[in-house]
Amino acid sequence: MIEIRWHGRGGQGAVTAAELLASAAIMEGKWAQAFPSFGAERRGAPVQAYTRIDDKPIYNRSFIYEPDVVVVLDPSLLEGAELRDVLSGLKAGSKLIVNTKLSPKSLAEKLHFKGEVATIDATAIALEVIGRPIVNTAMLGAVVKTVGVVDPSSVLKVLEKRFSGGVLKRNIEAIKRAYESTLQEVA
Amino acid sequence: MAQRMALSTNYAIAYAVKNCDVDVIAAYPITPQTTVVERLSEFVANGELDAEYIPVESEHSALSAVIGASAAGARVFTATASQGLALMHEVLFMASGMRLPIVMSIANRTLSMPLNIHNDHQDMMSSRDCGWIQIYISSAQEAHDTVIQAYRLAERLDILLPVCVCYDGYVLSHTYEPVEVRDKQKVLEYTPRVERPHVLDPDKPITMGVMALPNYTYEFKYQVVDALKRVPKALEEVDAEFADKFGVKYGLYEEYMCSDADVIMIALGAIASTARLAIDNLRSKGFRIGLFRPRLYRPIPVELWKSVLRKAKMLAIVDRAIAFGGCGGPLFSDVATMFINDSERPLMINFIAGIGGRDVTVRDLEQMGLMAFKSLEEGLKEQCIYFGVRGVDYGL
Repeated sequence: MIEIRWHGRGGQGAVTAAELLASAAIMEGKWAQAFPSFGAERRGAPVQAYTRIDDKPIYNRSFIYEPDVVVVLDPSLLEGAELRDVLSGLKAGSKLIVNTKLSPKSLAEKLHFKGEVATIDATAIALEVIGRPIVNTAMLGAVVKTVGVVDPSSVLKVLEKRFSGGVLKRNIEAIKRAYESTLQEVA
Repeated sequence: MAQRMALSTNYAIAYAVKNCDVDVIAAYPITPQTTVVERLSEFVANGELDAEYIPVESEHSALSAVIGASAAGARVFTATASQGLALMHEVLFMASGMRLPIVMSIANRTLSMPLNIHNDHQDMMSSRDCGWIQIYISSAQEAHDTVIQAYRLAERLDILLPVCVCYDGYVLSHTYEPVEVRDKQKVLEYTPRVERPHVLDPDKPITMGVMALPNYTYEFKYQVVDALKRVPKALEEVDAEFADKFGVKYGLYEEYMCSDADVIMIALGAIASTARLAIDNLRSKGFRIGLFRPRLYRPIPVELWKSVLRKAKMLAIVDRAIAFGGCGGPLFSDVATMFINDSERPLMINFIAGIGGRDVTVRDLEQMGLMAFKSLEEGLKEQCIYFGVRGVDYGL
């Protein structure tokens, strides 16, 4: 089983990204769960979402405390109390995938993080391709590239079921760009 | 064709209701139920479901509206949670007292105050004994299938009682997971329309929901008691027919590693799903522990439960609700009562957990299991433990 914890801010689409990834896995015949950690929802507040993927039924219905992968949609979550939540429960072999302009190496140094790091300037991609700083689909591209848990074509198929027209086209473009430009570094 | 989709439990329920081809839906939105009826209103608006959707001004009206429609012979649906269910309370008795086959889904949520939108079973447990059949589920697939079974069960002429399908708010209601959406044609074959002997019809006028005096009321009430007694066997039949048609069987309860267990943990809904992993972990450490998940909770099939539970030395009963000022949680009180006249019976320990959406982890459930074993060896120090509450130390 792989457990992924998404950290974003309300409005960036972390919950949707968690669900799209689970949907892609389910489309491939796997078992998956996606669920949000709702608090008092409001735009801009820190939000967590979770994805579990396995090749057999999943019984655990509690939150994810020791994730295999942490995805950070907003660079501002790498400060103060929010950073503590982001790094919480990371273990040997956990991967960190972050929306930032920094290289994996300098981010790892900044956070004193010893595991595998991938970085992507998802905000730049979202602004250029979608026209708004909604980074979830770009981050999904980075996750698919880095974690390799689902086939990229499954994610595109899920998107085609959910969106249409220009919105579909722009989000597919964001995923592709992120998939191509994600930088990875194994510490 | 059956279709494997990624659906939340709320959406899984909406698809089941659609494929049962209901005639009337009345609902008032309340978190975390809202997306059930939101999706159903879309199905009605886009023509996928030919039904009347009645937006009402409260849950009291929602249930009242479907009572009227059901009395006129319609197949009906409503959904609610928490304060909404509490507001329906007086109407719940009217639905069962009028013997109407209403199906309602409930995304269980705590009751205010403090105001909290998250899960526990306080709403349902406060409406436990209203003459409704109550089924607790632990996955989106089971919710989908149980709603289909619920119409079949409710509309049987030897039953004619309302059914509620209960599932943990957020923990299940908002979790996406794989669901085999049953083929509509097969669902309709499984749930054929039943002509009820007593419905409102202008050509054959009758009166329903009348006043009764002391010389008849008791017998009316007893007929509900009597119909509930027929439910376990009826649900077994409905479940077997479902298995013939769709290849899945749920039973009236689920047992896991109970046959040789010294301790059996009992839990409803989502906690019972997570608890499976705790059982596996404790078993690997040599503890003989099993898990019992009631599915049909009202009426309780007493002898069936006892046939599994009586073999254990200790029952660890996990309640996701508080019975304020009572002898323990509601599930605990039920289990204790069914053994009260037996000279040999298991010891029982009660854990209150998961209140107001407090997460219940595998480790928490392992710890409850260990506390049960310790109480078995050293004697029971505490009968009811408010597990994980800050500021209380049980020394266990």
